[in-house]
Amino acid sequence: MLAAQLRPRLIDERGLRTDGRRPDELRPMRIELGVLKNADGSAIFEMGNTKVIAAVYGPKEMHPRHMALPDRTVLRVRYHMTPFSTDERKNPAPSRREIELSKVIREALESAILTELFPRATIDVFMEVLQADAGTRLVSLMAASMALADAGIPMRDLIAGVAVGKADGVLVLDLNEAEDMWGEADMPIAMMPSLNKVVLFQLNGTMTPEELRQALELAKKGIAEIYQLEKKAIKEKFVEVS
Amino acid sequence: MSATSDRLQTIVSNVKKASILKALERGVRLDNRKPDEYRPLSITLGYAKKADGSALVKLGDTMVLAGTKLEMDEPFPDTPNQGNLMVNVELLPLAYETFEPGPPDENAIELARVVDRSLRDSKAVDLSKLVIIPGKKVWSLWVDVYVLDFAGNVMDASTIAAVAAIYNTKLPKVEVNGEEVKVLTERTDVTPLAYPVVTLTAAKIGNFVVIDPNLEEESIADAKLSISYTPDMRIVGIQKSLGGAIKLEEIPQIEEVTRKAASRLFSELKNTFGVA
Amino acid sequence: MAEGDFEIPWSPYIYKESNRYYASVVGVVDVKNGTFTVIPLKGSKYWPRVGDTVLGMVEGIELYGWTVDIRAPYPAYLPALSLLNRPVTAGEDLRRYLDVGDYIVAKVEVFDRTTNPILAVRGSDTGKVTDGTVVSVSPSKASRLIGRNRSLLNTLVSMTGCHLMVYPNGMIHMRCPSSAQEEAIKGAISLIEQESRISDLTEKVRRFIASKLGETDVSSSA
Repeated sequence: MLAAQLRPRLIDERGLRTDGRRPDELRPMRIELGVLKNADGSAIFEMGNTKVIAAVYGPKEMHPRHMALPDRTVLRVRYHMTPFSTDERKNPAPSRREIELSKVIREALESAILTELFPRATIDVFMEVLQADAGTRLVSLMAASMALADAGIPMRDLIAGVAVGKADGVLVLDLNEAEDMWGEADMPIAMMPSLNKVVLFQLNGTMTPEELRQALELAKKGIAEIYQLEKKAIKEKFVEVS
Repeated sequence: MSATSDRLQTIVSNVKKASILKALERGVRLDNRKPDEYRPLSITLGYAKKADGSALVKLGDTMVLAGTKLEMDEPFPDTPNQGNLMVNVELLPLAYETFEPGPPDENAIELARVVDRSLRDSKAVDLSKLVIIPGKKVWSLWVDVYVLDFAGNVMDASTIAAVAAIYNTKLPKVEVNGEEVKVLTERTDVTPLAYPVVTLTAAKIGNFVVIDPNLEEESIADAKLSISYTPDMRIVGIQKSLGGAIKLEEIPQIEEVTRKAASRLFSELKNTFGVA
Repeated sequence: MAEGDFEIPWSPYIYKESNRYYASVVGVVDVKNGTFTVIPLKGSKYWPRVGDTVLGMVEGIELYGWTVDIRAPYPAYLPALSLLNRPVTAGEDLRRYLDVGDYIVAKVEVFDRTTNPILAVRGSDTGKVTDGTVVSVSPSKASRLIGRNRSLLNTLVSMTGCHLMVYPNGMIHMRCPSSAQEEAIKGAISLIEQESRISDLTEKVRRFIASKLGETDVSSSA
C-alpha cells in the first residue's frame, strides 16, 4: 500500500504548474462527434488525460409509463467510471460519488435541454469515464452536451465548463490531478455561455469570498475558450487543439 | 442512474405560486419572514442517550436527529496520523409521505457528501485529535444524520445537526500499554470539533432569492445554492442543486446574502457551542 | 439569431428568451420574407407534423388498430376504421389487413402535447406498401432531399430509372427495374447519409452511380 506521500510543490519559481502550464492555461482538448453507430447521438471529449465517451438515446417513449411526466421529458443520466480509468482499479459498482455526480450532471442538463418539448418521453444520457485525470464531471457533462447536439435534441445552448482551483495559494484554471489532490480548493463550474447562465457549480476546499469572485472571472475566460472549440467541433464534426 | 422525478409530488397550485411571487415583490414571504430570515431554530444536545454524541435540530418544521458513534480502528494507509470521519444521511420514510424505505437515494447521498465536505475541508473536525497510537490505532467517528420531518432546507439543518452532535461527543479515556489499548468508561472533555461550520442555502425563485426555503418555496424554486462557512468567514463548500440555471453575476450577489446570514447564524449558535 | 419580436410559426428548433431568438439545434438558418426558420442538420428522430404523409412500420396490433413506428419520439396509432373504412367487427383478426413488420404509408392526422400521433389512410398515395424496397435516412437529410435540393433527388431518379418516394420521416420507398440499379441507389443513399456537406454532393453521387452502372443517364434529361 502507498505510504503517506509528501505534498509536492504545485507552483515552481517561474510560476509554472506541475505540468508546465501557466495558471490561466487550459489543457489540450480533443472533441469528436458521432462516434457510435447505435446511439442517437454520441461524442468523445478529452481534456488533458481525462477522456470520456457519452451516448444519448431518445427522445423516446417512457417505459414504465407511470414514471413518465405529463409536461416534460424524464432525463435518465448515468455517470460511471470504468475500472481501468484510474491508477488503482475502481470497483465497477456505482459509488456514492458516482451517484452524486450523476445527479449533479442531470440537473445541469435539465437547465439546458428544452424538456417541455417532449412530454411523456425520456432521454437517456450515458457517460463512461475512460481515463480519469481530474475534471471528469465537467468533461462528462461536456461530452453529454456534444452528444445531445449530435442527436439533434433541442437545447438552450451548448455547455462548457472548467474546474478552477487553488494551488499553493494561486488560482489555477483547469486543474490537473496533482492540483486536485494536493491543492487547497477545487471549484468545478459549467455554463451555457451564450446565455451567461451557470448550470453546474460546486466547491470543495477553502476560498475567501474575494478569491471566489476572482475564480469566477478566471472560469469565465476559460469557458469562453472551450465554447469556441465546441462550436468548431460541431461545424467540422472533429476538432483537436494541443 | 439519476432520473428526473417528481419525488416530492407536492404540486404547488399556480395560485399559490403566484401569491408567493407577489409577496416576494413586496419583500415578504408567505410565512411572514423576510427574504434573508431563518426559521426558528432549536438544538437539543444529547437527545439520543446511547449515542456518543447527538443533537436534535428543529428548523421551522424540519426536524433532523444526528448521532455519533466512535469505533476503534486502523488509520487509512495514506493518513497514518488521522482518525476517520464517515457521514451518512438518511431521508427516512417517516419524514415525508412519498419517501420509500431503502438504501440512501441520490438526494440522501448528496446531502451526506456535502455535509462531509463542509466538515472535512474546513478542518472543523480535527482528525488528528482522533489518533490513539499514531499509525496503528485511531478513532473512527461515524456521524449518522436522520431526517425525521422533511419540511424544506434539510441541507442546512443536517449540517447544524452533524456539527452539534460532534460537539456533543466526548472522546473516551484510554490506557495505552505499548500496542494494547484499553478503553475506559470515563470520558475526557475533548471533543473532535475544533469550531462549528454552517451551511446557508439560498433558493432562487424567479428573480428573487430567499434564505432557508420552506417546503413550498423549495418546490417552486428554479435553483438552490448552498454555501458553507467557518466562523472566520472562509467559504468551505458550495453546491448548486435543482435543475435551473443561475446567471453568473448573481452568484456573488447571493454569496453576500448568505455570508451575512451565516454571521447571524453563528451568533445564534454561540449559545449552544459556547465560544464559536 | 435575431432580436426583437417576430411572427414566426412555432418550431422546436427555435426558442425565445426575453427578446432574443436562439437556435436550439445544430442547423441552418433560413431567412425568407422577413421571417426565419431553422432547418436541423442532425437528428435521427422525426418530429410529427399534422398533414405530413409518412411511411412507418407496424410494430403492434391492438383491439381497434395498429401501433406504427414512424421514427418519432412517440409511437403512432392507426385506427382500423381508417384503413378498412368501416368499424371493426367483434373478434376480427386485424392481422389479415396489416401485420407486424408491414410498411404503411399514412397521413399524420392528430398530434399535440397530450396525445401520441394518430394516422389516417386517406387518398391514393396512402396504404399498405406491397412491393419495392424501403431504406431509411435521418429525417433531417430527408427533408433536405425533398426540400430545396431537388437536383440531388432528380439525379438519383434519372441515373437509375428507379421510382423513388422520400418521406419526411426519413423513410425512402424505391421500385427499381433491376437489382443492379437498386444496389447503386442504395449505395448512393448511403453516401448521402454520411456526407455532411451537401454542396458538391450531387456531383459525388453522379460519379458514384456512374461507376456502379457503367453508364450515365438512363433517361434523356439530367
